[in-house]
Amino acid sequence: MAVKKIEKGVMIALLILGGILMMVPFIWMLGSSFKPENEFTAIPPTIIPHHPTWNNYSRLFTEMDFLVYLKNTLIIVICSFVGLLLNALAGYAFAKFEFPGKNGFFYLILATMMIPGQVTMIPTYLIINKMGLVNTMAGIVLPGLVGAFGIFLFRQFMATIPTDLMEAARLDGAGEFRIFFRLILPIVKPVFAVQAILTFIGAWNSFLWPLIIANDEKLYTLSVGLSLLKGQYGTEFGLQMAGAAFMVIPIIIIFTFFQKHIIEGYTISGMK
Amino acid sequence: MREFAKQWNKNKYPYMFIAPAVLLLVVFSIIPIIIALVISFTNMDLIGLADYSNIRGVGLDNYINIFKDPVFLKSLFNTFIYVIVGVPLVVICAMAVALLLNYGTSWLFKTFRVIYYMPSITNIVAVAVVWGYLYNGSYGLFNYMLSWFGIPAQQWLQDPTLAKFSLILLALWKAIGLNMIIFLAALQGIPRSYYEAAEIDGATGWKKLRYITIPLLSFATFFVTITTLIGWIQFFEEPFVMTKGGPLNATMSLALFIYNNGFKLSNFGYAASGSFVLFVIIILATIVQFAVRKKEVEY
Repeated sequence: MAVKKIEKGVMIALLILGGILMMVPFIWMLGSSFKPENEFTAIPPTIIPHHPTWNNYSRLFTEMDFLVYLKNTLIIVICSFVGLLLNALAGYAFAKFEFPGKNGFFYLILATMMIPGQVTMIPTYLIINKMGLVNTMAGIVLPGLVGAFGIFLFRQFMATIPTDLMEAARLDGAGEFRIFFRLILPIVKPVFAVQAILTFIGAWNSFLWPLIIANDEKLYTLSVGLSLLKGQYGTEFGLQMAGAAFMVIPIIIIFTFFQKHIIEGYTISGMK
Repeated sequence: MREFAKQWNKNKYPYMFIAPAVLLLVVFSIIPIIIALVISFTNMDLIGLADYSNIRGVGLDNYINIFKDPVFLKSLFNTFIYVIVGVPLVVICAMAVALLLNYGTSWLFKTFRVIYYMPSITNIVAVAVVWGYLYNGSYGLFNYMLSWFGIPAQQWLQDPTLAKFSLILLALWKAIGLNMIIFLAALQGIPRSYYEAAEIDGATGWKKLRYITIPLLSFATFFVTITTLIGWIQFFEEPFVMTKGGPLNATMSLALFIYNNGFKLSNFGYAASGSFVLFVIIILATIVQFAVRKKEVEY
């Protein structure tokens, strides 16, 4: 029994030590974002600032256009939710309908999962360019709107819904769209919620594609704005850390609220 | 005709439901593959983009030239280093963390599960900004921590050899969370009775780990290895935002090479041929993985 206790103690110690190491960048970021300019060159470096200030955060909005970047990021987030709905619709059709070409279409969709982003990046840019959508919000949003993985997860989950349920609704005279929105969506709420959070995180963090498509600063997202800040204000650590914290903290808050669902979501999706 | 109308009426809803998704995926995933293949045999660049009549077929020239390009060869070598160092590190660390987290069920373990997962969801640019400051030669925290042990300050991102490993460390920090969740899900699927049976036979903690846990994790390990491998072959964001491939192309990866040629230099044809080399490497690596696994099962 004593051996067991020591073993557990060692395990917990290792866990805490590793956890602290994982947290170091976050603590360093948060502490530094409140440092006044003269504290950055202090040796030894301070973890908790001696004279904390909000100045770095307010400069993001007065000297930089972070409000515009925030607005653009939120537009992308909202559009990605429309994409999520399209994924759900497609997943539903693959799970609950029989129609000619069903398997062919499904394999086509699955095949897109295996194509690396670097291969499609340049041709997709050429297509967007041909459509005249370079430097528009549509050009930023459209290519990533739907995803094979999302469709696949919805299909897996929706396949478990009894078909009798839909038959009953049809007999009551409900239309197909009404069945989807009023009957199916409420049933798949758990998996929808998980996907919604992951979609939110993905859209909030979107970086490379907006960077490629947006030439105009009015279309920059938070990530693009932050990378701009890194280039132009490379020595102003306070501003950089505040910008990073402004991007990371909302995600951490949302994640802590919903982490139980996200982590369970992976288990539901059959990762075992 | 009547038959067709009847068919359509019957199937109109599923087609309507899948149409937006299929259309978007065809336009932005399937067609691009064909375009990429076609332009990889041309000299398409900015002039060609403005006027398609300037595009000329060059046969295999792009593919021949790319293997004579010292920057490409360098990026190929770097990607190889990223893969052979990065993949085992991610798999071992993620598995170790999952085993630790699976040891207990108290609030402590649940809290740390969140902490270890957190880096996975954070934004790469924000992370790069923060780590850039951690790695700073004069004011960074890492050099200060080294000074506690009397180790001299390091040029984390300026030294060509060290820079590669600095990026690997950052990517490892970011990758542990997601993979640890996959291992954790697999660990929770192992029936308790296996351990109970082993205990009756007198198996100790280490033996249980060696002969029950690790073999039963083999599918999760396989899954994590494959996804991590593909991820490291496409290693891009960390060098892109931290070092831009420098110093002296020491951190240049294949994906970054493709990006630079495509979007910095506008050599679309050349970049497309690079992307197909990358694609082939990914396919080969995946086939090898599956072949190795098949052999394992037969034993």
